[in-house]
Amino acid sequence: MAEYQNIFTRIQVRAPAYPGTPLPWQGIWKRSGKGFFSYWLGRFGDAQIGPLYLGTLGLASLLCGFIAFEIIGFNMLASVNWNWAQFIRQLPWLALEPPAPSNGLHLPPLNQGGWWLMAGFFMTSSLLLWWARMYRRARALGMGTHVAWAFAAAIWLCLVLGIIRPVLMGSFGEGVPFGIFPHLDWTAAFSIRYGNLFYNPFHMLSIAFLYGSALLFAMHGATILAVSRYGGDRELEQIVDRGTGGERAALFWRWTMGFNATVESIHRWAWWFAVLCPLVGGIGILLTGTVVDNWFLWAVKHGMAPAYPQVFPAVVDPATLPGAPQ
Amino acid sequence: MSSATLRNLSLAALVMLVASACERPPVDVVQHGYRGTGMDLVYNPRIEGPLAAANQAIPAVSPPAEPGGVPATAVYKNIQVLTDLNVAQLTRVMLAITAWVAPPGESCNYCHSGADLASDDNYRKVVSRQMLRMVRHLNSDWQSHVAGTGVTCYTCHRGNDVPQFVWYKDPGPLGASDMMGNRDGHNAPTSQIGYTALPSDPFEQFLANHPANVRVVATAALPDGNASSSIKTTEQTYALMMHISQALGVNCTYCHNTRSFTSWDSSSPQRAAAWYGIRMVRDVNENYLEPLTSTFPANRKGPLADVAKVNCQTCHQGVFKPLYGVSMLKDYPELSGAVHAAATTESADGKTPVASSH
Repeated sequence: MAEYQNIFTRIQVRAPAYPGTPLPWQGIWKRSGKGFFSYWLGRFGDAQIGPLYLGTLGLASLLCGFIAFEIIGFNMLASVNWNWAQFIRQLPWLALEPPAPSNGLHLPPLNQGGWWLMAGFFMTSSLLLWWARMYRRARALGMGTHVAWAFAAAIWLCLVLGIIRPVLMGSFGEGVPFGIFPHLDWTAAFSIRYGNLFYNPFHMLSIAFLYGSALLFAMHGATILAVSRYGGDRELEQIVDRGTGGERAALFWRWTMGFNATVESIHRWAWWFAVLCPLVGGIGILLTGTVVDNWFLWAVKHGMAPAYPQVFPAVVDPATLPGAPQ
Repeated sequence: MSSATLRNLSLAALVMLVASACERPPVDVVQHGYRGTGMDLVYNPRIEGPLAAANQAIPAVSPPAEPGGVPATAVYKNIQVLTDLNVAQLTRVMLAITAWVAPPGESCNYCHSGADLASDDNYRKVVSRQMLRMVRHLNSDWQSHVAGTGVTCYTCHRGNDVPQFVWYKDPGPLGASDMMGNRDGHNAPTSQIGYTALPSDPFEQFLANHPANVRVVATAALPDGNASSSIKTTEQTYALMMHISQALGVNCTYCHNTRSFTSWDSSSPQRAAAWYGIRMVRDVNENYLEPLTSTFPANRKGPLADVAKVNCQTCHQGVFKPLYGVSMLKDYPELSGAVHAAATTESADGKTPVASSH
C-alpha cells in the first residue's frame, strides 16, 4: 500500500522548462531567467523555478518593503546600542514603537514615533503596490482577479489596525508596534482596554471564518488526495469522463452529509471563508473604541454574557468605600 | 537533510520555545472560582519547592520580654519611636533587628556610633528609626492589607541590610543615539514583568509620587467621549499586573475573572487586598522612603540618585502571603505600638519634617 501514501509528492515528472504564454504586450520588462529545477522544492510543489516577472510594480513594492524592513531593523538595532549579539538575543522583544498618545495626529519627531509612521507608510506602499502587481499579473494571464481581492481583505485588516482606526481615534499612538512579542502584548492590551474582544461579535465571526477556513482546507485537501489514486487531482480526466476520482469525491460527501460542493464551488466556499476572516475582523477592530468602548458590558447589555453564581464573599470596589485611600 | 538533523533542529526549536516563554508541564491546578469560568490557580511544583524552602526559614523567636519595669526612655536618650517600651523590650527589639537586618558579623555598631548609643551620626540609625516608624504605621494603619498578620523587619529584610527586592528609578535601556532606537520604555524584558515586552518600569508610574491611575478599562459599554486611557496606558497597567503576579507567584485568576478584569462582582476578595496593597506601597515609598533621600549616602542610591523603594515583591518574595502568612508580629508585639512619634520627628538632615499622612 505504501505507493498510495501521497501526502508528499512522490513522483516528479520532468519536461523541459516552460516559460509560460507570451506576454500580451511588450514593455521594458521581460521575464527574468530561463527557469531551472529543484528536486526538493519539487517534493512540495512544481519543481520548475522561474522565469519570474518583476515589473515596475514588483520592483517598487520590493523597494518600499525593503525600506520599511530596514527602518524597523535599524531602530531595533539602535535600541540595543548597535550590539549585534544583543540584537539577535533580544530580537523577539525588540520593536519600533508608535508615537505617544499625547502626540495625537501630529507628525512626531523621528525618534518619538516618526520612524514608526515612516515605516508604516513604506509598508503600506509596498502592500498596495504588490496588490496592484497581483491584479495586473492576473489580468495579463487573462485570469479573474480573485487572488488580488483576497489579498485586499488582508490589507484591509492591516490598514484598519495600523492607520484607519488610529486616525478615527485621533491618535497614532493607538497603532500597533512593529515587533514580535510587542505586537502580541499590544493585542492583549487592546482586548483588555476595550473590555475583552471575545465579546465583539465581529471578532466571533472572524474566528468562525478562521476555523472554518482551516476546516474547509482540511476537508478539501484530504478529499482530493484521497481520490488522486483515481486521477481525482487531474482536471482533464474530470472534464471528459464521469465516474472518475472527482465523481467519487462528490459522492463521498453526499453519502456522508447528504450535500456536497461541486468541483468549482468548493473553491468559492474556501475563498469566501478566507476573505471574510480578515474582512469582518477589520470591521470588529474598526468598531472598537470608536463605537463600542467595553465589549463585555456591551454583551451584558444585550443579554449575551451569562451571569455565574457567586462563589466568593461579596467583593466591592474599595475605591467606592467611604474614607478609602485613593 | 538527514532525519537526525531534522530531529535535532526540531528539538532545538522546542527547547527555545520552552526556555523562552513557558514552564514545562505538569503543573498543579486548583479550582478557584465557579466551575467553567477558568478561574484556576496554577502552581508549578518545581518552582514552589525552592520558594517554600526560602520562605519557611523563619528565625527562632527570642524569649518574650517582661512588661513593666523601667521605661526605656528613662535609661536611654534620644528615643523617638519606641517610647512605649521598657528596657527589656527595647533590648529585645534591638537584638532582633541585629539578627534580621545587620550583615553577619556585625552588631550594635553597624548602626550606632560607638559608645554613644544616642548619637544619630550613623545614617543607618536614622534609617532604622524611620523604618520602625513605618513598621508600626503599617501594623496599625494598614490592616486592610497586612491584616492581623502584620509585618516585622524580617518580612522584607530576611537577613539582608538592604532587602533583596527593591527598585530604583530606571534610567532606561542604553540607546545608541537620539536619532533612532527609542524603546519608549518597552521591550527590555525583566523578571519583574514576567519577561514580556511590556513597559519595563511600572513602579515609577504607579508606586511612587503622583501615581498614574491603574484603571484603564472603559466603565460603560459605549464611548462617553472622555476616555483618559489608551492602549499604551493599558500596557503600563498590564506591566504592573505582571509584576504583582510574579511577586505573589500567582496567575491572573487569583484575583480576576478574566472575562472582565474590571468587574468587582466577579473578582475574588484577594483583589481588594491587592488594591489596598498598591496604596500601602505608595504610602511607604512616598512618606517613609523618599524622605530619606538626603539621609542615604550616594552608594546606597540608584543610578538616578534616588533611594531604594519597595514594590509587592519586597515583602511577598514570590509567595501569595509573605512567609506563607506566618505572623512574626505576634511574637514581637513591640513592633505594633503607637505611631505617635511620627509627626514630631525630623529627617536626618534635621530640616525637613517627615510627613505622617496616610
